[in-house]
Amino acid sequence: MSILPAEFREIAYDRRMKILVIEDDREAADYLQKALSEAGHTVHLAGDGDTGFALADNGDYDVMVVDRMLPRRDGLSVIAGLRAHGDTTPVLILSALGEVDDRVTGLRAGGDDYLTKPYAFTELLARIEVLCRRANSKDVETVYKVGDLELDRLSHTVRRASREIVLQPREFKLLEYLMRHAGQVVTRTMLLENVWDYHFDPQTNVIDVHVSRLRSKIEKGFDSPILHTIRGAGYMLRAT
Amino acid sequence: MRLPPGFRTTAARLSALYTLLFGVCAIFLVVYMTGLSWRMLASQTRETINEEVVGLANAYQRGGLPLLVRVIERRAGQPSANLYLITDPNGRILSGNVQALEPGVLDTEGWTDQPFTYQRYGDTSQTEYSQDARAGTPTRHAAMALVLRLPNRMIVLVGRDLGEPERFRLVVRNALIGALGIMAAGGLLIWFFVGRRALKHIDRVSEASRRIMGGDLNGRLPVSGAGDEFDRLSENLNTMLARIAELNEGLRQVSANIAHDLKTPLTRLRNRAEAALGERDDPQKYREALEQTIAESDQLIRTFNAILMISRLEAGYSAEPAGLVDLSELVRGVVELYEPVAEEMGVALEVDIAPALELYGNRELIAQAASNIVDNAIKYSAAGDAPKVTVSLERKNGKAILRVSDNGPGIPDEHDRGRATERFVRLEQSRSQPGSGLGLSLAKAVMKFHAGRLDLEPLDPGLSVVMSFPDKDTK
Repeated sequence: MSILPAEFREIAYDRRMKILVIEDDREAADYLQKALSEAGHTVHLAGDGDTGFALADNGDYDVMVVDRMLPRRDGLSVIAGLRAHGDTTPVLILSALGEVDDRVTGLRAGGDDYLTKPYAFTELLARIEVLCRRANSKDVETVYKVGDLELDRLSHTVRRASREIVLQPREFKLLEYLMRHAGQVVTRTMLLENVWDYHFDPQTNVIDVHVSRLRSKIEKGFDSPILHTIRGAGYMLRAT
Repeated sequence: MRLPPGFRTTAARLSALYTLLFGVCAIFLVVYMTGLSWRMLASQTRETINEEVVGLANAYQRGGLPLLVRVIERRAGQPSANLYLITDPNGRILSGNVQALEPGVLDTEGWTDQPFTYQRYGDTSQTEYSQDARAGTPTRHAAMALVLRLPNRMIVLVGRDLGEPERFRLVVRNALIGALGIMAAGGLLIWFFVGRRALKHIDRVSEASRRIMGGDLNGRLPVSGAGDEFDRLSENLNTMLARIAELNEGLRQVSANIAHDLKTPLTRLRNRAEAALGERDDPQKYREALEQTIAESDQLIRTFNAILMISRLEAGYSAEPAGLVDLSELVRGVVELYEPVAEEMGVALEVDIAPALELYGNRELIAQAASNIVDNAIKYSAAGDAPKVTVSLERKNGKAILRVSDNGPGIPDEHDRGRATERFVRLEQSRSQPGSGLGLSLAKAVMKFHAGRLDLEPLDPGLSVVMSFPDKDTK
């Protein structure tokens, strides 16, 4: 049986990733390997910190998933060791702790993103996709283009099919984030963290309401949908 | 090596130390006092001898040698502790009351540097000075003397028996040693009783604590009522035990509540999963049922996270990063986050935020608390007529006051208002709303963590949630 939601399987990834998973929980590691392989990626497993470090130090991985609590050598020390060797491979830290300060210490140790167990696999997949692309980041581009939608980061203007669309500042930030990760699944928590800089869970689906507002502005009066909802995961901006 | 129990107490160790110190001091005292008295008596003796010598010198000047010998003879005949001796140039005794001398005493002129022994003529008068006198046996005595050499090389010795000062020195020493002995015996006696008493008391305390450790959590340490240090210690420990028992009871209640309240969603989760099994034939429904199951478990995880967060905050866990938080900015951000939700639900959102209110705290926690409150206000007012939520932030009496008011049904009952912030309490009218019942408790825990408070005030109609933060300068 497949782990991935149907919508996910329909996404054509333009790049297959080589992923290292350092996780001592055998069941969780096997599940991750199966699910990530299903998404088309190559996965290597390490069951403890020392093995993980050795693999990471020698292999050329696109992204790493590292559990914080590992036998022999803890996750943060593995990451710090790699960073000291000049390794800049993006790392997603997995943790069973998951309080605000844990996230801060994890990122300070050299992690690029932080996810608390238990997590939805779709959330993990979306995050590592984004992490992996950060290497060839669009940060330097001043104009983002997705189909006929155009966002100018300098003049703060948005156009679709040459028609100007007026957005509120937060809506602009939201669209900017979605466009930077166009073609990738972006989850609600990722939006809350990156657009609002909140790391808590706001009970109500506030993000959905913001996204649907934005959607009505960039889709109403145009022929084709561009901001898609991925069931069980989040959103994706993609020209059809 | 292990000492017997009586010597392993602190009291015994302290007593031993004091005894040692006392002993050293006592020995020093005895030596010093006897030495001092000896020196005093010696200088007195010397003075007496000097006077005698002056008298003899006068006689010598007036009558020459014959008068000197006569005077010495006369004086030697009188009963006294003084010693007189005159010899010819060859050292033969001519006159005086000394029969024999320690050899070598007459060889050097001047003061004898050591007490020397001698034998006196006619031992009848000496018995009173001698300690071990036997009749007829001449005894030797200690003395000091001044030896003079006359121009014709005859030798004159004027001295004084040391029996008296020696005896005095002995009396002083014995008195001192006796007094110190009595003091030491008294000290030992007092130590025995005080130490034993302390030992017994401590034994009673440790016996009681063993019982408490053994499971008798309602047991308390004995208090004698004397109001001494032991009683104060026992009272403090008893207060601590009572506090522990109280916390323990609180914990027990909370765990019972948690278990009870998690049973409901877990049962629902189980039912959903069971229902999903029944939908095997319809892939669409099967999938929906499974998705609902996942959503249900996500909600459970959320609840667990909230419980964890609340207990960490209530334990005063301070590792959460804190810094200067722009409260005005933060509240604006939360309002902006909820503004589309309010609009969608038809709730008018009114905002009145005083600018530049700052405080020290954790931005995430405060934002979460504020968003929980705003979320509640929107949810509960939405059903009414012309629903309206007002968010205001102001500085008042050195405090930052965040007030979120709605015109929903509110909580009219005062008792209910008091209970609303307790964990898992969901009042009757809120049962229909989704939520874990932890939003207000979490907000309250956050406020407590920031040394602030959260109050519920009734409105007509509606409810006002007031979060007051201490001023950043007062914290």
